[in-house]
Amino acid sequence: MIIKKIKAALIYLFLLIWLIITGYPMIFLVQNSFKIKMEFFQKPVWSLPASFTIKNYLDVINSGFYIYFFNSIIVCFISVFLIIIVSSLASYAIARIDFKFNKIIYILFLAGMMIPIHSTLIPIYKITLSLGIYDRLSALIGPYVAFSLPISVFILTGFINDIPYELEEAAIIDGANRIRIFKDIILPLVKPAISTVAIYNLTLLWNSFAYALVLTSSPTKRILTLGLFEFQGQHGIDIPLTLTALFLSVLPLIILYVFLQEHIIKGMTAGALKG
Amino acid sequence: MKTNNLLSNKYFVAALFLVPALFFALVYLIIPIPLSAYYSLFKWDGIGAMKFLGIDNWAQLFSDTVFWKSVINNFKLVAISLIIQIPIALFLAVLLTRQIKGINFFKTIFFIPMLLSSIAVAFLWRYMYDPTFGLINGILNLVGLGHLTQSWLGDSSIAFYAAAAPIQWRFIPLYMIIFMAAISGIPEQLYEAAEIDGANNWQIFFFVTLPMLRGTVINASVLIIVGSLKYFAMIYALTGGGPNHASELMATYLYTKSFTEMNMGYGSTVSVALFLIALIVSVLFLRFNKKDIRN
Repeated sequence: MIIKKIKAALIYLFLLIWLIITGYPMIFLVQNSFKIKMEFFQKPVWSLPASFTIKNYLDVINSGFYIYFFNSIIVCFISVFLIIIVSSLASYAIARIDFKFNKIIYILFLAGMMIPIHSTLIPIYKITLSLGIYDRLSALIGPYVAFSLPISVFILTGFINDIPYELEEAAIIDGANRIRIFKDIILPLVKPAISTVAIYNLTLLWNSFAYALVLTSSPTKRILTLGLFEFQGQHGIDIPLTLTALFLSVLPLIILYVFLQEHIIKGMTAGALKG
Repeated sequence: MKTNNLLSNKYFVAALFLVPALFFALVYLIIPIPLSAYYSLFKWDGIGAMKFLGIDNWAQLFSDTVFWKSVINNFKLVAISLIIQIPIALFLAVLLTRQIKGINFFKTIFFIPMLLSSIAVAFLWRYMYDPTFGLINGILNLVGLGHLTQSWLGDSSIAFYAAAAPIQWRFIPLYMIIFMAAISGIPEQLYEAAEIDGANNWQIFFFVTLPMLRGTVINASVLIIVGSLKYFAMIYALTGGGPNHASELMATYLYTKSFTEMNMGYGSTVSVALFLIALIVSVLFLRFNKKDIRN
């Protein structure tokens, strides 16, 4: 009995240690965002704010930081929407239409996972320039869709393969064409996989950085990660102010996580679990 | 009538369904690789005329000590990430799959670092590392270990390790969740049988849990290896590869060469080298892995 209690205590001790390692930086972030600059520099970082001032929050919002949220939302939602359409179409063809090259096309898509994003930065920069969309939000959509394809096709093809073929057979006998079958039979059935793909890509793209760094340049075209990066560059000395911007930038996903915890965890680990 | 005929032709329909995906893959995934290889033969600032150099960039690459340093750093990051992330994630997963109270609370909090962007994590840690106002030096001073305080990101002998720490912090939760899913998939009977045989917790872990997690551990290792070889954002935001290239990675080096120094020819050379190294390592690992499973 005593040994059992000691064991349980040990488990909690380890969990507590990791709780501090994970949680304390977050507390550090939030508590210092409520301090004014002078207070931050004069008092220890772990002290509670003398008075919870929201001045930093107002300053960050007034600096035009909100535009980065809009930009991120627009780019991410359009990209994820396109990813879902493009990858479910491709997955259906690979899984269900016997056109001889199914396997080769499938492997080709999977091989895309091996390509390091950063080794494509220069050619994609060049392609973007020649398309005339440099420094526009639309410049990000092409690379975002392309780099999300391999994992999305992988998840969706696996899922469609598991759908019993009989469901389509009846429709084929009735003379329905493939587009109808895809729209009316397959799409409703793949919804769970589509939501996984959507969450996986949305969280990944929301936090992505490199393409926006290379393909946009003017402040009004920056997405959230880039906006934070530049905010830090300009206001980095004002640590509480920068911490506030940092906290605001991570808030949307954390709020989403509060409401959809299981979905988010499932979505974010999907690529790794199935890969 | 005519469209109906076309739509009953499976080759036409397959093409129709595949064209959008192939378009994106071709333009943004496939073409960039040969294009990079082509650029690597030129001297080019990204805007002006390209001057053909032949293999000069490649000759320069082989004698470029900064490049080789970045390659070594990438492999160091692979090693550190494997040694730290897998055991800690495994340990936490084992703890969190115990039937004790409050597990959901711990799991919920433990996952949070994965939600933060690399840039956010980098800046959060930069302020924790701050030599004067940072949390880490502050705590060291508080507990009387003032002699251990450092300029964590400014000292070239420790900057690389300091910059590698937040990467571990952010990615451990991912592997923790993966291992938790795998552990809960292990059949209960195996544990019951082990308990009947009188195995203690350690024996159960090493002779039941670990062998059953083999495939998952290998998968996680592949992800860590490939991920660490192409790592960029957090290091770029934390140190920019400095001080004095101490924390330089292949990706930060290629970015600096191409987009800061506007030497896109040489940047392309580094890009292709990064692609080849990642490719060779992935193929080697997958091969070795296949052999291993057959044995």
